[in-house]
Amino acid sequence: MSAVGTASAAAARPPLFEVRDLRVVFPGPAGGLEAVSGVDLSVDRGEVLAVVGESGSGKSVTMLAAMGLTGPAVKVTGSVKLDGEDYLGRPEALRRLRGKRMAMIFQDPMTALNPVMTVGAQITEMIRIHDRSVSQRQAMKKAVDLLALVAVPFPERRAAQYPHEFSGGMRQRAMIAMAMANDPEVLIADEPTTALDVTIQAQIIELLDGLRRERGLALVLITHDLGIVAGLADRVAILYAGRVVERAPVREAYYRPAHPYTASLLKALPSLEGDRGRLVPIDGSPPGLAARPPGCSFHPRCPIAVPRCSVERPALIAVGDHAAACHLADLSARTPLPMPAAGGAR
Amino acid sequence: MTDATLPAATPAVRRRRTRPQWLTLPVIIGIAIIAFWVIVAVTVPLWTPYDPLMIAGRRLQPPSAAHWLGTDALGRDVLVRTLYGARYSLPIAVIVVAVAVAIGSALGAIAGYLGGLADSVIMRLVDVTLAFPPILLAMAVTAALGPGLDNAAIAMVAVSWPVYARLMRAQVLSLRGREHVEAAIAAGASRPRVLIRHILPLAWSPTLVNATMDLGQIVLLAASLSFIGLGALPPTPEWGQMISEGAVHFYSWWIAFGPGMAILSMVLGFSFVGDGLRDLFDPRSGT
Repeated sequence: MSAVGTASAAAARPPLFEVRDLRVVFPGPAGGLEAVSGVDLSVDRGEVLAVVGESGSGKSVTMLAAMGLTGPAVKVTGSVKLDGEDYLGRPEALRRLRGKRMAMIFQDPMTALNPVMTVGAQITEMIRIHDRSVSQRQAMKKAVDLLALVAVPFPERRAAQYPHEFSGGMRQRAMIAMAMANDPEVLIADEPTTALDVTIQAQIIELLDGLRRERGLALVLITHDLGIVAGLADRVAILYAGRVVERAPVREAYYRPAHPYTASLLKALPSLEGDRGRLVPIDGSPPGLAARPPGCSFHPRCPIAVPRCSVERPALIAVGDHAAACHLADLSARTPLPMPAAGGAR
Repeated sequence: MTDATLPAATPAVRRRRTRPQWLTLPVIIGIAIIAFWVIVAVTVPLWTPYDPLMIAGRRLQPPSAAHWLGTDALGRDVLVRTLYGARYSLPIAVIVVAVAVAIGSALGAIAGYLGGLADSVIMRLVDVTLAFPPILLAMAVTAALGPGLDNAAIAMVAVSWPVYARLMRAQVLSLRGREHVEAAIAAGASRPRVLIRHILPLAWSPTLVNATMDLGQIVLLAASLSFIGLGALPPTPEWGQMISEGAVHFYSWWIAFGPGMAILSMVLGFSFVGDGLRDLFDPRSGT
């Protein structure tokens, strides 16, 4: 695998959270359906990794599998390491980890909260699952502090309310408060803003970014919103049909995408600057689990495909911190991007 | 303009406030009937002029001012015995349903949550039990254990738990995939905690509705078992037992009339309340 994490730390110690060669196979005909086929990801403290892909590309399944949430029928292989220790296939150890060192927030705050428990009680439970020595009263006090941390107004009063008394944005804040309850090192956010309107999206992104900066949180952001990626992420991994097709620092990926899929995604995005030409859609749709094309999975939809693409699967080849899985991408000839005038991305 | 429209709008708003939509006339009647029987069951020894086992007058007297529902073959007051009957039927129905709900819901929740072998075994047991007509199975169990109200209660639990297993299993299956359950698992909650704290509290409404309706059905079943001599034994003023005695003296219609009406009213009352609860919990289903 290529250089991961920040340049100085990469050589010395393993990244905080690392997924290697992850394969997820759902039960199905002919040996099962492979939703994720050998994904490598890593994220370090204070860093935001965006995992981007269309619906069905395997981005959520990758993270669910890494958290051990896929259920007994699903076969998961590879390795999932936190601080160098492999947790895959150790359900009890993973359970203790979940919500403690690794937390997750979900897409839809409308359904991800228990409707018959007060918000305070849910945060309290989160604390007391992992530390029975905390009294109910202390935990409730901490829950109120957490609600204040995520900028919920009147936290004392809000803690005593039920989820239906919260608006969508407030619920997502409550979800984040729950996720932060045990001061996790890794936060996995599965499309945290999809169900929210644009102003609230911006607030939630702001909040996550603040937590990342203040607490050194390693944030994995699963999304298909390239705008959010540009605003928040340090590095981005593009998933297509269960594989990483490109992995790069965010500026590299946006200004000089090496994989035609990434390039197509960016062309399909409306822009505020420059000429407002027609958006270019990507023809066709992602292949189903049961019918992945041979060779490069993207070749039937690829604008620049050559015969080789339908026969031979391109490996993910890294040059420096930019990696792409395409026969036609030549990263080695590149010179570094000039630094932006404003003094670098954060 | 606002002043002109306001008075017209106010009464409609006020009516909805005072009486919620589910509180229909049948529900009110049902609540009244059940309240009546509960009060009777608790206080009846304090105000009846006769003892239920006492020979209060001449035998087989038709209704009169002294005996509003007449007297039975031994000269006992039918009305007093009918009112005392609630002291048997009501507690038995409540206990039987409570135990059946506890057993059925626990097994159903386990089946739905664990799935696999546990699910197969429990649900096949449910299927086998439900394959018998309830009265037949109850008769078989009581016959095996010997007659008596306590054995009849055991038999009634044996026939009524499977429905609750099915209801709870279906609820748990549908709730198991909810996102808040997944969120709880992602928070590191153990399996028992997820089931008890995050699934079961949301799973009760169908069970509650069915249990209310079942209270009436158990009253009826208990009376049926007593009628055929497998439930309450003779001197007991139990409704099925009294109807059974009345059947022997067919032309003294009043002997069976009191307990018959009592059973009818109680079944009706619980059904009405059950309907109301269903409307309350799930306004979309039904009419």
